[in-house]
Amino acid sequence: MSSRERILGRVRRALADVPPGEDVPVERDYLREHGERTVEETVDLLAENLADYRAVVHRTDTGSLPGVVAELLSARGASTVLVPPGLDEGWLAAAEVTRVPDEAGSTPHELDQVDSVLTACAVAIAETGTIVLDGSPDQGRRRISLVPDHHICVVRVPDQVVASVPQALERLDPARPLTWISGPSATSDIELDRVEGVHGPRTLEVVLVR
Amino acid sequence: MSGTFVGMPAFPAAAREAVRDTTLRGNLRHATHTIRAKRARAVAELDDWERLRQAGKRIKDRTLRHLDRYLVQLEESVTAAGGVVHWAADADEANRIVAELVKATGETEVVKVKSMATQEIALNETLEAQGIHAYETDLAELIVQLGKDRPSHILVPAIHRNRGEIRDIFTREMGEWGRPAPEGLTDTPADLAEAARLHLREKFLRAKVGISGANFMVAETGTLVVVESEGNGRMCLTLPETLISVVGIEKIVPTWQDLEVFLQTLPRSSTAERMNPYTSMWTGTTDGDGPRNFHLVLLDNGRTDTLADEVGRQALRCIRCSACLNVCPVYERAGGHAYGSVYPGPIGAILSPQLRGTASEIDASLPYASSLCGACYEVCPVAIDIPEVLVHLRERVVEGGEAVREGNKVRLRPAKGHAAERAAMRAARWALTRPGALRTGQRLASRTRRLHPRTLPGPGRAWSGTRDLPPVPAEPFRDWWQRTRGGKDGAK
Amino acid sequence: MRVALFLTCVNDTLYPDTGRAVVKLLTRLGVDVDFPEAQTCCGQAHYNTGYRHEAEPMARHFADVFREYDAVVTPSGSCGAMVRELYPRMGERARSEGRGDGLATVLAPVVPKTYELTEFLVDVLEVTDVGAYYPHRVTYHPTCHGLRSLGLGERPLRLLRAVKGLELVELPGAEECCGFGGTFALKNADVSAAMGTDKVRNAESTGAEVLCAADNSCLMHIGGTMTRLRTGMRPVHIAEILASTEEDPSV
Repeated sequence: MSSRERILGRVRRALADVPPGEDVPVERDYLREHGERTVEETVDLLAENLADYRAVVHRTDTGSLPGVVAELLSARGASTVLVPPGLDEGWLAAAEVTRVPDEAGSTPHELDQVDSVLTACAVAIAETGTIVLDGSPDQGRRRISLVPDHHICVVRVPDQVVASVPQALERLDPARPLTWISGPSATSDIELDRVEGVHGPRTLEVVLVR
Repeated sequence: MSGTFVGMPAFPAAAREAVRDTTLRGNLRHATHTIRAKRARAVAELDDWERLRQAGKRIKDRTLRHLDRYLVQLEESVTAAGGVVHWAADADEANRIVAELVKATGETEVVKVKSMATQEIALNETLEAQGIHAYETDLAELIVQLGKDRPSHILVPAIHRNRGEIRDIFTREMGEWGRPAPEGLTDTPADLAEAARLHLREKFLRAKVGISGANFMVAETGTLVVVESEGNGRMCLTLPETLISVVGIEKIVPTWQDLEVFLQTLPRSSTAERMNPYTSMWTGTTDGDGPRNFHLVLLDNGRTDTLADEVGRQALRCIRCSACLNVCPVYERAGGHAYGSVYPGPIGAILSPQLRGTASEIDASLPYASSLCGACYEVCPVAIDIPEVLVHLRERVVEGGEAVREGNKVRLRPAKGHAAERAAMRAARWALTRPGALRTGQRLASRTRRLHPRTLPGPGRAWSGTRDLPPVPAEPFRDWWQRTRGGKDGAK
Repeated sequence: MRVALFLTCVNDTLYPDTGRAVVKLLTRLGVDVDFPEAQTCCGQAHYNTGYRHEAEPMARHFADVFREYDAVVTPSGSCGAMVRELYPRMGERARSEGRGDGLATVLAPVVPKTYELTEFLVDVLEVTDVGAYYPHRVTYHPTCHGLRSLGLGERPLRLLRAVKGLELVELPGAEECCGFGGTFALKNADVSAAMGTDKVRNAESTGAEVLCAADNSCLMHIGGTMTRLRTGMRPVHIAEILASTEEDPSV
């Protein structure tokens, strides 16, 4: 007998008391979002919660975005930036940095030499201060937003902003590789007290673009 | 490594040592009290918390009560997405599968995401014996591994260590494992985190095999979810070419939508955050992004035995948040090591004796490692009635009875060492169902009260070693009542 | 309304003053309380130590003794919780063991009409000011089963706040278990004692003369720790505070 059959057999015997055909109904009477907010207020909440977990939040409009991105890279002293293949080229129009394309062949060591990464996102969650990346062409492979120490993420507001976790899951495709990011990397492993900055990018800048 | 629990003394003896260790007491008190207050605040932010908690409970019950169906569904969806599913009936089989998979890659080192399942099966030790080095990458796991220590908490395995001790371990040990700690390392948490970053970076960047557990597996989509903070999880899940995930069969949720409950309740319960810094979700493999090979090892190792117990099976709802540890007054004073298992605290006290059985001294003592205060149940985000299961397992210890071990029905004998207690309980029951006998006993106690010492010899010292006995009154209440009709006759 | 006092075996044997205080208090509030002399013990210690089957005849006995009354009042949060929370569970377990509905049917009637004292006062009699007088500085420890199983909430505090002369001070870490836990106090004596010591140190820090609770089992442990640590504080059951009046004060 294979272990698969053995385990499934054990499970079935263990559940002998469960009436056949029984289902356990799940009441989803919890809230789809917490509190009532206008679209504007939801965006404000996103900014507030991102900042609360030490992401640096910037707000701008489409026209000024290239300038803001250029400024952030230059303030950081970045000379190289990782660029996902489908990123709007205009976002980097004003930046004087070397663009490093996101390629399958790059080794982690090579990525580690790059100063910054610029990505879009799939959705942002106001209540938790979370941005979610789904590997779309404007976000690139998961590792590019991980290895460089500086991540700039552009969120189109209000279109990409949802209020809550349930609303975010509705928008996401489970078949894609998903990375939920809430602030820069952090740990609570020393005396259960949170400190920011471990393996993931230690600086997360989120640009909310209208 | 000394990371073994074999031959652990029973809980009371291990706890006695811990209670006397003032550094440990201080470390645990500080850490648990810090997180307690924060958790309460994070939970209070959601006014539908109780509804989320009940939904979480129902979703897990739905999974468990139809686990066969969801396991098969999960296998299909993972396979369809490019993953390979393996089934492991016990720890040995899981270790063997993982070791073979690693060997097939030709690699001799692996990076690991913090995983309770692989701790439970002692995977690192097994791999080491076969020449494969497993590097723990979670900060707390790293502290435990470098310190040749044992984990003492589900979320923060090094909770028993304070910053000064961590600094000393890093300074002393890092060089043995790879990049040494920076010169003049201080004990500020930020510097310690930086030291871990530098030490582990080279390991992440060259790793070809990653090993993880998972917080959730979605049956309908085949998606696995890892919830973490530091980014070490992302490193292990995305940089290597091969990813092996060892996951307990109870970690399934039926639907994608079900995640909306747990992604709200888990972070707030464990680290008291609205959301943890990083959550990774992957479904099989993705062309050109992340590992090319993905193996899922489904682990039983006592879970189906636990499932067979109608009262005890609720322990399998656990999502490993560790809120119950953080509020537990016994855990706070006894520390995690006293529980003799990778699962300490209240959840450990009901999980270990079910996964491993109650045959060993430590496992038979765990159901008693609680004052039944109920704080654990109150904070549990999937409403596991831990006190109920503790009492149920006490019954199994003292009365024996039917249980399932390794898939087979067995008849357990009452545990040794409870014979005197059993006799006393039986005698007490006899007296306490006979008011006349109770009264006789009370009168005897009252009449001889001047002879009663305030401290007791022998086994009575368990009480009177630290506490005085109350004096026995001149007459029991029932005599007063009979004499005075409740004072209605004006008598006092 | 026919009201019975279920004093509990511990109170009956070791704390008769608490029983007298309940009788005095309820009589003052116009309740004609009876003490059915056939009462013994709810079976909690047996049940919680793993001797559910030994506890069953005790539960049956309880149900038999109190069946005829309209309300059963007990000055013990944990014994109240035993009846209200665990008797139904005992019935269910017997059923799932294939022993039928017998036990559940016998126990069911007493479950809803059993009240812990402060519940009975606040919910049934609908009083919070019971006309008590107690000129002392008091801190209140909510015992675990009263707090979490019965959900007594603010009831004891509302009663205490209405007591004339009483200065109520908040107990730090109030909701933490004192470490008694029935046989836990013996089986894990070291941890139990450490918990008790922390509870007493917290109580001391309030400067109160009296630590009050609604359960003498916990108070036996806390009080025994207090005298051993020579704190000078006293453990007092809430019934004795509420029974105390200017004309007939208790100490």
